[in-house]
Amino acid sequence: MKTIEEICKIREDKRKELDLRVNTQSDTREKHILVCHGTGCTSSESPKILENFRKILKEKNIENVRVIMTGCFGLCAKGPIVIIRPEDTFYAMVKPEDCEEIINTHIIEGKRVDRLLCKDIDGKIVQSLDELNFYKKQKRIALKNCGVINPEDIDEYIAFDGYKALEKVLKDMTPDEVIDEIKKSGLRGRGGAGFPTGNKWELTKAAVGEQKYVVCNADEGDPGAFMDRSILEGDPHSVLESMIIAGYAIGADKGYIYVRAEYPIAVHRFQIAIDEAREYGILGKNIFGSSMSFDVEIRLGAGAFVCGEETALLESIEGKRGQPRVKPPYPAQCGLWGKPTLINNVETFANITRIILNGAEWYSSIGTEKSKGTKVFALGGNVNNIGLVEVPMGTTLREIVYDIGGGIPNRREFKAAQTGGPSGGCIPKEHLDTPIDYESLKEIGSMMGSGGMIIMDDTKCMVSLAKFYLEFTVSESCGKCTPCRIGTKRMLEILQKLCDGKGEEMDIYRLEKLALNIQRASICGLGQSAPNPVISAMKYFREEFKEHAIDKTCRTLECKAISKIIINEEKCKGCGLCQRACPVNAIEGKDREKRVINQDKCIKCGTCLTNCPFKAIGN
Amino acid sequence: MEKDLVTLTIDGQKVQAPKGTTILQAAKKAGIDIPTLCFLKEINEVGDCRMCIVEVEGRRGFATSCIQTVEEGMVVHTHSPNVLEARHVILDLIISNHSKDCLTCTRSGNCELQALANKFNISTIEFEGERTKHKIDDVSPSIVRDFNKCILCRRCVSACKKVQKVGAIDCINRGFESCISTAYDKSLNDVNCTNCGQCIQACPTGALHERENINDVWPKLKDPDTYVIVQTAPAVRVALGEEFGMPIGTNVTGKMVTALKRLGFNKVFDTNTGADFTIMEEANEFIDRFKANDNLPMITSCSPGWIKYIEMNYPELLPHLSSCKSPHEMFGALLKTYYAQKENIDPKKIYVVSVMPCIAKKFERQRTEMQNDGMYDVDAVITTRELSRMIKQANIEFTSLEDTNFDSPMGEATGAAAIFGTTGGVMEAALRTAQDVLTGQDLKKIDFEQVRGEQGIKRATVNIAGKELKVVAASGLANAQKIMEEIKSGKADYQFVEIMACPGGCIMGGGQPIKNSKIRSEVDVRKLRADSLYSIDEKSVIRKSHENPVIKKVYEDFLEKPGSEIAHKLLHTKYYKREKYNI
Ligand SMILES: Cc1cc2nc3c(=O)[nH]c(=O)nc-3n(C[C@H](O)[C@H](O)[C@H](O)COP(=O)(O)O)c2cc1C
Repeated sequence: MKTIEEICKIREDKRKELDLRVNTQSDTREKHILVCHGTGCTSSESPKILENFRKILKEKNIENVRVIMTGCFGLCAKGPIVIIRPEDTFYAMVKPEDCEEIINTHIIEGKRVDRLLCKDIDGKIVQSLDELNFYKKQKRIALKNCGVINPEDIDEYIAFDGYKALEKVLKDMTPDEVIDEIKKSGLRGRGGAGFPTGNKWELTKAAVGEQKYVVCNADEGDPGAFMDRSILEGDPHSVLESMIIAGYAIGADKGYIYVRAEYPIAVHRFQIAIDEAREYGILGKNIFGSSMSFDVEIRLGAGAFVCGEETALLESIEGKRGQPRVKPPYPAQCGLWGKPTLINNVETFANITRIILNGAEWYSSIGTEKSKGTKVFALGGNVNNIGLVEVPMGTTLREIVYDIGGGIPNRREFKAAQTGGPSGGCIPKEHLDTPIDYESLKEIGSMMGSGGMIIMDDTKCMVSLAKFYLEFTVSESCGKCTPCRIGTKRMLEILQKLCDGKGEEMDIYRLEKLALNIQRASICGLGQSAPNPVISAMKYFREEFKEHAIDKTCRTLECKAISKIIINEEKCKGCGLCQRACPVNAIEGKDREKRVINQDKCIKCGTCLTNCPFKAIGN
Repeated sequence: MEKDLVTLTIDGQKVQAPKGTTILQAAKKAGIDIPTLCFLKEINEVGDCRMCIVEVEGRRGFATSCIQTVEEGMVVHTHSPNVLEARHVILDLIISNHSKDCLTCTRSGNCELQALANKFNISTIEFEGERTKHKIDDVSPSIVRDFNKCILCRRCVSACKKVQKVGAIDCINRGFESCISTAYDKSLNDVNCTNCGQCIQACPTGALHERENINDVWPKLKDPDTYVIVQTAPAVRVALGEEFGMPIGTNVTGKMVTALKRLGFNKVFDTNTGADFTIMEEANEFIDRFKANDNLPMITSCSPGWIKYIEMNYPELLPHLSSCKSPHEMFGALLKTYYAQKENIDPKKIYVVSVMPCIAKKFERQRTEMQNDGMYDVDAVITTRELSRMIKQANIEFTSLEDTNFDSPMGEATGAAAIFGTTGGVMEAALRTAQDVLTGQDLKKIDFEQVRGEQGIKRATVNIAGKELKVVAASGLANAQKIMEEIKSGKADYQFVEIMACPGGCIMGGGQPIKNSKIRSEVDVRKLRADSLYSIDEKSVIRKSHENPVIKKVYEDFLEKPGSEIAHKLLHTKYYKREKYNI
């Protein structure tokens, strides 16, 4: 148990000690080697790197250098990432065997290890994090502590204003004032739907009931999304602190965080956070000497996308099959075990402490008119800088793809971006300048979703893409309601037919009819949004659907059954490079003669395409 | 009261409905029919099938009218073009994953899916595609599950889990692969199923039905060397007519007997006579146990679903069960001994068919305890529904049949036996006999109103021969569970307990005519059938089992007295602890 005074003391002392983490001019003789322990870097051996650093430092008897594990820095494509503070040197793709050299050259000799420095997309070698284009347009609020603190050390969290918001709330604010502040901030739910958070808190507070609950939704099931996971891995206490604040605001004394079991690091670190907080008396009875009591428990999900849907999640916490309930009533009225329950997403919670500390006005000054603050995206697909980015609302897709993401690899063309994962839609080239906010995305047929953003280049077939997302929803449908259970399956079958060249024009209308009715008639958001990827792909790339259905061709190489590679007779110079490259000897023709592809043998791998120096081969 | 009324508009019509009313109910009150499929009043109100969707102005997506309640000022459109199209698509999708073999389906003509397909004029399936394939589970002697016809409405799951609190079935797998199954995907025969058949009663299609035994019976009827005797349970006569379009609860005893004779049974007897034997044995067993304060309360044992339930769930309470066999088993045993001797028929040539409202009787029939001298007491059990099918197969115009009487001598029965078919009836019949035996008088007060009526649990204190007797009659296994927990915890001070596995008793048994969701919402089927039985009782000349002359004679000539050695050999049985799961 710690008193407020003791915690303030920790904050003061620790903040001084950790000044070098955020201040390159820090007048310290210490150095901190920060090793990313996000999931990506962890799986490429960052724990080994950390261990090696420690071992070598010990062997060499070097003091004043500490090795710290942190959460995700964001630029996952360059992992494992090591950063040395206070000078802020950024080493990319570090291997365990590189540790020796880093210690010898950087720490002992005081010189940079050039070969491990990161090259930006423009080819420029960057010395420090701040120089990277990747970070220039970002604004880190929810991810503020990720990559800065050790997520397994509550003192480090406290050092950077941790539990100060809770203290402020308990000492100086009434529950209504807290809710008012959140309302004024304009924060909206980051779980996908964008419901105004303050209003949700207000409704839950107003609901009649002795017992109320706070639930944090950390299920994060969309393919390609890892925002919430990274927050939990990098800064678990910020979510915990916000849950306690929410408990205070709505009058709940119990919270649950529902995390999928496939997120073992997040679960582990959150459990440590809970244990630490209990030890400090920040969870439990009479928090900070107030009359408020609150405790949090982790509930593990077995990895079903539908369990991210709030009512299915509640069923799952109650120990039942994860199936949605019909709404209304909403969880705010009738939630966990029938009691009023506040459910918010991880990232939503991560913003709360910042709003309390910096004020609603500060927060609402960021973003657009109706979408305030920032949004974290997991950027993936055909883009150079794969990773985690946090941008102010209103940033355009172009900025994300080209300025932050560093553009499309292999000099290919941008074709579309999928936001909102399997519930969202694709955004074509002509909408690259759309500002990213809830309304604008909806207007163009996509949605914000929880933050997955997959970029596609012109080698991607949009019918196949629609099929990919449908495959996901079909296998993730809980099977409760008819339209989702059978309807999505039928849509998938039609898409499969199109990709196999067995479709007909009517299939496009069938898809449309099914899509519309599944959207309207399904019980929960999963079914209601499952057709979105198909609808948006058909909206922007209808020609491709027609080509598949009527002409039975695919303009990419994705639909093997109907795609065709041909050599342009005019352009072929008969060099024979393609013939040599073909792995299945499908290219015929004699030396110096024009080559032809034997379509019976061709497997459409595309090797010849990339090997032709005259761009004579196309599909 | 006024302020609890909500005013809303449905299809342009102003409607008032009490707060908490569902949109479906409110529409019905206004004379507007909304199609449903998964909805089963008070049992399955989950909104899964999506047929009942309606448009509510200002709401995103459709509302689920079977569960969502009315709100002040709500504007509802139940048949807008969007709603109609969605319903059509949903129905099309359901049918696309259904086997569509209506011609050979037991539920043809009484199938809620078929009815909707007709109503929606589904002539071609627009969204044909892959169908889920399932093996038919026909291992259980009572229930066949054919999931190729299942539409995943989950009415059966709710009946099993919520109404009966047995929970033998639930949904497994996900998405398109979802199906209703048991623990470890075992056959129903190998899990905690009690064979009550409430799932069959709940099923809107032919996915669940009884294991048919008609084809065991037909050959016997044609075989001149087999003496085929049929007996009919009390509940059958007040339900069979429904299968021929007669009003629910119509007493068709006379027509039923005529039909059975036409079908070629050598003798048509009445299980009610068996029930009178049961009362003789059970009342006397009770008196003995009551006097000796031995294993009280005594619990009735006529309901085989209940027997399997207690064997699996409360084996420690088995000594409380009466050792009496159920009426048709007692009767079968007597037919193959007493009656065979008397009529000089080789018992090996006798084939006893029981027509029952119950499918658990099919399981009971083949228990090894139900034998004597290597012969089963009963050779085949068919349900009320199966009998109706036999009558239809034989092309008999049931509704225009003349009435005839059961054959003598085993066809005479009392009013006490008739009410066996409804919850509280066994109790009442036993009390009538017990009080006369205890006082040695012919008492006139024989109606025990306290144990009649619709409640699932009926507790009463009755005064018998100057003694206060605490009794309870419970029907439905969820209620049975409550009583067993009371007994187990020592809280109960009953002396006599009647349990029926099916809610309402045998008249609502798993083998009775199936009433669709709409009828079950609008009509109290249980009450109509029960009233009919009570009226048979009221009109009976003899209303106490021990006064039945047949009973008296059989005891005189053969059984000596209730509880005698021979009575024990033929009419009593044993129970065993049973594992819930065979894995
Ligand atoms: C199929 C489906 C999956 C969902 N998955 C998640 C999820 O993984 N995480 C999440 O926070 N919200 C998810 N949601 C949204 C939640 O239902 C809910 O709106 C959200 O947790 C509310 O929190 P917020 O207001 O803070 O966004 C999902 C919704 C649907 C329909």
